[in-house]
Amino acid sequence: MSEFIIFSLLNTLIYGLLLFMLSSGLTLIFGLMNVLNFAHASFYMLGAYFAYQVSLKVGFIPALFLAPLGVAVVGMLVERYGLRRVHAHGHVAELLFTFGLFFLLDELVVLIWGRNPVDYQIPAFLDFPLFTLFNSDFSAYRGFMLVVSIAMFISMYLVINRTRIGLIIQASLTHAEMVNVLGHNVPSVFMYVFGAGAGLAGLAGVIGGNYLVTEPGMAQALGPIVFVVIVVGGMGSLTGAFVSSLLLAGLQTFAVGMEFSLADLFMKFGVNVQSDGIIGDILRIQIANTRAMLPFLFMIIMLIFRPKGLLGVREE
Amino acid sequence: MFSVNNLHAYYGQSHILRGVEFSVGPGEIVSLLGRNGVGRSTTCKAIMGLVKHKGSIKFKGEEVGRDKPHIIARKGIGYVPEDRSIFPTLTVQQNLELGMKSVKKPGKWTLDDVYRQFPRLQERCNVCGGHLSGGEQQMLTICRSLMGDPDFIMIDEPTEGLAPQMVETMGELIARIAKSGISVLLVEQKLTIALAISHRMYVMGHGQIVFEGTPGEFEKNQTVRKEWLEV
Repeated sequence: MSEFIIFSLLNTLIYGLLLFMLSSGLTLIFGLMNVLNFAHASFYMLGAYFAYQVSLKVGFIPALFLAPLGVAVVGMLVERYGLRRVHAHGHVAELLFTFGLFFLLDELVVLIWGRNPVDYQIPAFLDFPLFTLFNSDFSAYRGFMLVVSIAMFISMYLVINRTRIGLIIQASLTHAEMVNVLGHNVPSVFMYVFGAGAGLAGLAGVIGGNYLVTEPGMAQALGPIVFVVIVVGGMGSLTGAFVSSLLLAGLQTFAVGMEFSLADLFMKFGVNVQSDGIIGDILRIQIANTRAMLPFLFMIIMLIFRPKGLLGVREE
Repeated sequence: MFSVNNLHAYYGQSHILRGVEFSVGPGEIVSLLGRNGVGRSTTCKAIMGLVKHKGSIKFKGEEVGRDKPHIIARKGIGYVPEDRSIFPTLTVQQNLELGMKSVKKPGKWTLDDVYRQFPRLQERCNVCGGHLSGGEQQMLTICRSLMGDPDFIMIDEPTEGLAPQMVETMGELIARIAKSGISVLLVEQKLTIALAISHRMYVMGHGQIVFEGTPGEFEKNQTVRKEWLEV
C-alpha cells in the first residue's frame, strides 16, 4: 500500500508539473488577452518534434533549450501576424482562428514527419533506474523531468513576482488598457507572453515527448485535459492552474490503482448494493476504468456549482 | 500646449463625437463639463488613442492623433479614467511603480514626493489597491499618473462618489498639480470643484462643444447651465 502511495505521489508530481507547464501559458494568455487558445497543445507537439529533430543533429541537452525557443518564436509570430489582426473582429473570430491553427499544425506535422510516431528516445545518459523502492524502479529520466519542471516553476514564479515585466503582466491581467495608457507597450507584452506560453508548452513537449510518444495525435490527446485544468483552476489564475494541475494529476494517477467500485466501497461500510438496475451497474464500475472521464466530470461539476473555478476572479 | 480640432469618434454605428474642438494652455486647468453620455469620456479615450477617431490632436505642436496609446503616454499625456482602474491585486506601492514609464529615467515625481504629500498612501503602501477606500483610490490613481511625469493630464470625474471633505482635498490637489506646471483637463458631470479651480470651462452637448468661457462668464450664462447641465 505505501508503495502505491509513494509512487502515485511521485507520478502525480511529475504529471501535475507537466500539466502546469502547459496550462500556465494557456491561462495567462486567456487572462491577458481573453483568448482561449485551442492550439495551445499544438505547441506542446511542436516542442516534441523540434526536440526530436534538433537532438538528431546536436543531442538532447541543446535540444532542451533550442526546441522551446523555436516554439516560442512560432508563438510570437502567430500572435503578431495572426491573432493581433483577428482580435479586431472579436472573440468568436479569435476562437475560430486558433481552432483552425490547431488542425493546420497537426496536418503540417503529418506532412513533415509522417503519420507514424517518430523515434524520439530518452537520452542514453538518463536511461537508468535512479532508485529502487519496494522492487519498483524510479527512472532517472523521471527524476530529470521533475527537476526541469521544478526549475521552470521557480523561474516563472520569480519572473512574475520579482521583475518589472512580471508586475506589468499582473496589472494587465485586470486592467490591460490602463497599463497601456501609463506608457507600457502592452501589445508587445502580449506577444512575449504568448511566445513564452508557447515556449513552456514546447518545453513540456521536449521532456514529455520522449517519455510518452511523439506522434501527430499527441496534441489531441493532451489538449482537452489542459482546458480542464484552467477551467477548474479558474481562468486566468496562475495559482489556480498550479493547484488544479496537481489535483487533476492526482485524481487520474490515484484512480489507476483503484481497482474497486463504489459498490465495494459501500460494502466496507456495511451497505450492500443490491440494485440490479442502471444505478447498480454504475455503482459496480471499477474506479480505475473511469480514469479518463474523471477530469471532465470534475470540470462539468465545477462549471455548474462554481463557474469561476477554484481561484478564478471572473464572475461569468 | 494641447489642442483638439474637429474630433470625431464612433462606437459601431453611432457617431459619438461630432467635431469637438478645445485647447488647454500651459499650467492651465480647463474643465470639460456635460451630462452623462454627451461624449466627455469618449473624448479622453480618443485623445489616448483608445477609440477610433478622426480629426486633429496636437500636443506641444506635434500631431499625436495617429500614435499608439503607450506612445501618446510617453510623449507626456497622462490619463486618469473615470473608473480609476486601480490594479486591485497589486499593492499601493506597486501601483505607483507602474506609473513610472521607466525605472532608469525617473521623472520629477518620485515615490518619496508622493508619500511626503500623501502620508495616507505611505501608511497603506503595502495594502492591495482593491482594499482602499474610494478617496484613497482616487488619490492613488492620480498620483500613479503623476509618477509618469506628464505635462498634460486628463482627470475624468475625480470627485465621483467621494465624501464632501474628500472632494475639497481633491480640488486642492488638482490646483497644486497645475501650479507645478502641469496642464489639467478636468472632466466633470457636476460643477462641484470645476467653478472654484478652473481657469476656463467648456460645456459639451451631443458630442459637440456648446459653451466656452471663464467661470465668471459661465455663471452669468444661466441658459447654458439649464439647457446643458442641470438634470
